[in-house]
Amino acid sequence: MILSIAGKELRRLFTSPLAWVILAFLQLILAWIFLSRLQTFLDLQPQIAMMPAAPGFTEIVVAPIFGTATIVLLMVMPLLSMRLIAEERRNQTLPFLISAPVSVAQIVLGKFLGLFAFLCLAAGMLALMALSLYAGGKLDLGLLAGNLLGLLLLCGSFAAVGLYLSSLTAHPLVAGVGTFAVLLGLWLINIGTSDPDSILNLLSLIKHYDTFARGTLALSDLVYYLVLTAVFVLLSIRRLDADRLRS
Amino acid sequence: MLEASAPESGAVDTTVLARELSRSFAGHRAVRGIDLTLHRGEVLGLLGPNGAGKTTTMQMLTGNLAPTTGSVSICGVDLLERPTAAKARLGYLPEVPPLYKELTVEEYLRFAARLHRVPRTSLEQAVTIAKNRCGIDKVGGHLIGTLSKGYQQRVGIAQAIVHEPDVVILDEPTIGLDPNQVREIRGLIRELRDRHSVILSTHILPEVEAVCDRVEIMHLGAIVYSDTIEALRRFRGGHALRVGLKRVPSLEEITRLPGVASAETRDGFVRVLPEEGQDPCEALVRASVERGWGLHYLAPDAASLEDVFVQLTTAES
Repeated sequence: MILSIAGKELRRLFTSPLAWVILAFLQLILAWIFLSRLQTFLDLQPQIAMMPAAPGFTEIVVAPIFGTATIVLLMVMPLLSMRLIAEERRNQTLPFLISAPVSVAQIVLGKFLGLFAFLCLAAGMLALMALSLYAGGKLDLGLLAGNLLGLLLLCGSFAAVGLYLSSLTAHPLVAGVGTFAVLLGLWLINIGTSDPDSILNLLSLIKHYDTFARGTLALSDLVYYLVLTAVFVLLSIRRLDADRLRS
Repeated sequence: MLEASAPESGAVDTTVLARELSRSFAGHRAVRGIDLTLHRGEVLGLLGPNGAGKTTTMQMLTGNLAPTTGSVSICGVDLLERPTAAKARLGYLPEVPPLYKELTVEEYLRFAARLHRVPRTSLEQAVTIAKNRCGIDKVGGHLIGTLSKGYQQRVGIAQAIVHEPDVVILDEPTIGLDPNQVREIRGLIRELRDRHSVILSTHILPEVEAVCDRVEIMHLGAIVYSDTIEALRRFRGGHALRVGLKRVPSLEEITRLPGVASAETRDGFVRVLPEEGQDPCEALVRASVERGWGLHYLAPDAASLEDVFVQLTTAES
């Protein structure tokens, strides 16, 4: 059931030009960054070769494109997620799902997975771009895997936030703007803090990404993203369930 | 899902059983403790003016709205305790057909069938049958958004029957259609009776007479009348006559005719109520010829929905 709903959601994304435009846009920007980083690396290669414990190929080229991808995805996520539930409300198609023999949790999870599958596709294309470097040298696969995992976890929490905001309203645009505001807020929440132990650092979306970007894996960061995702998915389920009880 | 296939307490013939169903919205009681029973092979009409609580009732029967009090069971399965098992036996067409306009008819029906747990092996067959029954086999590859309203309504009905549910619930299925489409959809609903039990809501009295076996009339959230269609016909017809006269005499003169209890003028016609067990037709015709009233219309006066409500609600109070 969940997979049927996820499959439909994915198909729906691809029946509109939006998904294609976003994929193309993402690929274009990242390829641009990729090429410029590659140029930088080639320019710096003689100096790097002299340095002891020099930063590698992967660190100079691959990590920055994943870093850029996080920002671009932050910006496009509202466009992808805003229609998930808000549009069903607006078109009054929710009764179709609610009166089918599926639970609200299955509906919400299906929608989440549909969007997440799309994001995996985008991240996969990015990974392929990085892997193309194998043609000319050796990659630090651990670092690549860390970046990819971080990006996917980040995408999951973006998608969950977008899903929840989409469940609050019947206007996709309101959901989109709200999602962007919340994501940007969570992203920048620690901007004014100088104290590294501040609670705001704990909440910041991007702070937790840093460890993945360095190719390390910290349990606390992994848990942060999983909890954030789970909380917003659960909130969406609760919100949709509350529709039946509305007064 | 095994539990869904085992009907409980031998209630095979009763497909829908609602007891004491109530729903309040912010203090306003939209539905007030109604009881509904639907039997296999029956079309039940839920009739009422707009705002009577028909849609709210249907939303509660399909699990889209939790009742404030009361219970619903579908084929003996309690909707509130085991919602998925009960919903597997339901097909629902809401007032606004829930169509994904960017999918084709076939993609949409396939999705509907999968959601309703039609096994993969018989999926295509189920979709084909539903398309044939609803007369949309020719537009299977079209995007739903490009179809006319009549066809969209058919697609809406097709999604409600694609999984061969025991109960089909249709909320105002003919609203907004042209007369030809209305006739076709009514024909389709009559055919549904063979395999499903149907509840349909409407505010059009002739529609109920055309397709239903039984009627429940709702008014202000309560059921004010519940009987078979024949009984409704008798109730609504009474024995009143609608008489068209070119030169209308005084009403007293008509009332004095044998067998006439009372007479009143209404929108250019004279409405004549006969005395109990009397038929004043002949007397009326004879009097018209003899006295030169110019009779040009004489027919039983079927009450409009409005009249039925006036009668029902005044009888209640």
